[in-house]
Parts: sequence; C-alpha cells; structure tokens
Amino acid sequence: MKFLCVECDKQMAFEERQLPGDGTLAATFKCPTCGRVVAMLTNPMETQLVSSLGVEIGGRTVPAQPLETVRKMVSTGREDAFDEGDEPRGHAAASNGTPTWSADAQERLARVPNFVRGMVKRIYADYAKERGIAEITPAVMDTARSELGLEGM
Amino acid sequence: MPPIRTYHELTDADRSGLPEQIGAQRKRVAERLAGVRRVIAVMSGKGGVGKSYVTAHLARALARSKRAVGVLDADLNGPTIPRLLGIEHAPRPTSPNGIEPARGADGVTCISMALLLEDGAPLAFKGPAAESFVWRGAMEASALRELLGDVMWGSLDTLLLDLPPGMQRYIELCDILGAPPAVLTVTIPTPEARDAVRRAMRAAVDRGSQLLGIIENMTGHGFEGTAGDDLAKEFGVPVLARIPWHPTPDSWSALGAQL
Repeated sequence: MKFLCVECDKQMAFEERQLPGDGTLAATFKCPTCGRVVAMLTNPMETQLVSSLGVEIGGRTVPAQPLETVRKMVSTGREDAFDEGDEPRGHAAASNGTPTWSADAQERLARVPNFVRGMVKRIYADYAKERGIAEITPAVMDTARSELGLEGM
Repeated sequence: MPPIRTYHELTDADRSGLPEQIGAQRKRVAERLAGVRRVIAVMSGKGGVGKSYVTAHLARALARSKRAVGVLDADLNGPTIPRLLGIEHAPRPTSPNGIEPARGADGVTCISMALLLEDGAPLAFKGPAAESFVWRGAMEASALRELLGDVMWGSLDTLLLDLPPGMQRYIELCDILGAPPAVLTVTIPTPEARDAVRRAMRAAVDRGSQLLGIIENMTGHGFEGTAGDDLAKEFGVPVLARIPWHPTPDSWSALGAQL
C-alpha cells in the first residue's frame, strides 16, 4: 500500500503509527513537497490481516523474535511452553551492564501472560541496554511501548 | 485530474518496507534450513490414511540408520507427532536465536503446536471473531513459517513435514520455502482414497514437486482396492511400501532404506 499526493505527484512518506488498543490502526503519511498529511485508518479486520502476515506497517522497530506471531497472536498457548532462562533481576543481581528491574516493573511484567512474557521481557531489556538505562521501571516500559509500537504486547 | 501513477511507478524508499519484511522472513527460513539436506512433505488429499503415523515411524527408521532426522508437525489444528514420538511436554528452551526442538524416540527432533498449546485446547488466535476465515489462513501460514524458520533444526539429513489433509498447507509450504518440496504420498487401498489422493498428487505435480513415491497404508484387512498401484501407474512413481495393519520395525526400515 502506498499513498500518492495527487496534486504534487509525489509519493507520500510514512510518518507515524498508532495502535489505540481497540484492534484498529492509524498510520499517517506526509507529502514531502507540500507537507499535506493523511491518516490511514484500518478496521480490526484489516489490522488483523496485516498482523497475520507477520509484518508491521511503518517498519520493524525491534528484531523479529522467535515464534513472534505465534506468541503474540495465539490465545490458547500453554503457560509453560517456553523456557527463557533467567528471571528479571533486582538490584542485588545487577552486573555487566544488564539492566535490572524495579519491583514495580517486575510486578507489571508478571501480569503479562507467560506464553509471551519472555519475549516481551527481552524486548524491554534490549531497549534499556541499548539506551544505557540501568533500571527498568514502569515509566521506562511505557516509553518503550510508545517508541517501539508495542501496544499489542 | 492528471493521470495517477500506478503502484509500481511509485518507487521511493518506503519506511514500512513490507516487501522487504516478507523477504527477510523468507531469508530467515532459508538460513535456518541451510543445514538440512532435504525437506520432504508427507501428504495425502485424504484424511485418516495414517500420514502422521507413517511420518513418525519413517522418521524413526531413518534415525535408526544413523541419519539426523527432524519432524515438523504441520498439522497445526490436529497435532499428533509428539505423542507418536513419545515426547512428553517440557518448556522449550528459547533464546534470541530460536527455539530448541524436542527430542523423541530414536533421537528424532520435533516441533509441534501440541508442545505449545494448552492440553486439549484448540489452536485459537486473538482477533476479530466475525469473518475470521479472512485472516485465519494467513495466520496459520505465518505460524508454519515460524516453525520452519525459528526452530533451531541444526544439521539434518531429512526434515519431514507432516501435513494435514487437503492441499492448503502444501501450497503455503511451497510459498514459504520458495521452491516446492519433495513429496511422499500416503494412501489406503480404497478407490475413495485414490480419488482424493490423485487430486493432491496432481496439485503437487502442477507446483513442480518431485514425487518420491507412494506409501500404501493399512493394507491386508478391511480396505479393498488398488489405490497404490493405480496412482503409481498414473504418475509414474514407485509404491515404496505397503504397510500392514500391524507393521513391524522391519516394515519401516525397508521403507527408510528406499529414501
């Protein structure tokens, strides 16, 4: 799918993606010549169709994770399907530049279904590590969700 | 209004890069299967002919002959391979690089939705329930792609794919692999099975798959007919094995020796 500014005869460039959480998606595109911005709004069916292909409008913000679509989209996955290794660590275990998790962040992470939790944990940890964030807090998680477009996780 | 340029005439770099994302998915599958000497789809146009049973025992026979064998249970909605390979559930070790397959009888490695789903639960997806047929097929194809590309298969002589009845999963597989896999066809002797299996074999030929041969299963009691011979003659392929109701390990070894 592409958008053309008919007046300028210019291909519009992707600007921003928003996932309001109701199954819909909003993506904005801007004409590089006149600056006109249009929003593409998809209904839940259309959004789902894109998700089912394992692609992301606006491009990937994080590397593809193992069994990402299965883990994000299957609703009957077993709690103990995956063994991700270590659990989130608190202050006492901090070392090697690996970010630690505040108690609040650990509590919030624990509410994520286990089927997808390990993947979500790794994405947040990588986000923090790349930015030199020592401790993952709920605020860091909110920022990451927004920046990385993880509203569905 | 001036003529509007077509989709293909708009060639500016696209940040979404959806074709590139699809390309990356295919590359991931190709890289993961680079250590696999051959991929064989075990299929039939007919349900209930014993595809999974044949797949599991063929895999074991190949493994007993010192070949590294994996099985991908591509029957996402009715997975049975883990049970046939004697695999008990255990959390699959997972790292950023991928998921470790389970290991079953005779060292056969395996991945299956049966290892990932709640006991007794159907494969269900999040998403709008109305008209879910619109997206469900694509979702299952994505799951199949991930089972191929995200499982650490390692170096294998043979990766067997146990397909569900019908043609849909085979077609998805051709698209995901980028080339049609070799095909082993399973039938039972009856004319009803023959007619259904014929359609599947024709589809495989049309897609360019190499037909390795036919396995006629459940022979000797109850099922009358000559489906194996009829299909072999029609498609110019061998009947690799006639598997009796109560096969012995030798039955499977003889089949494995031909592959």
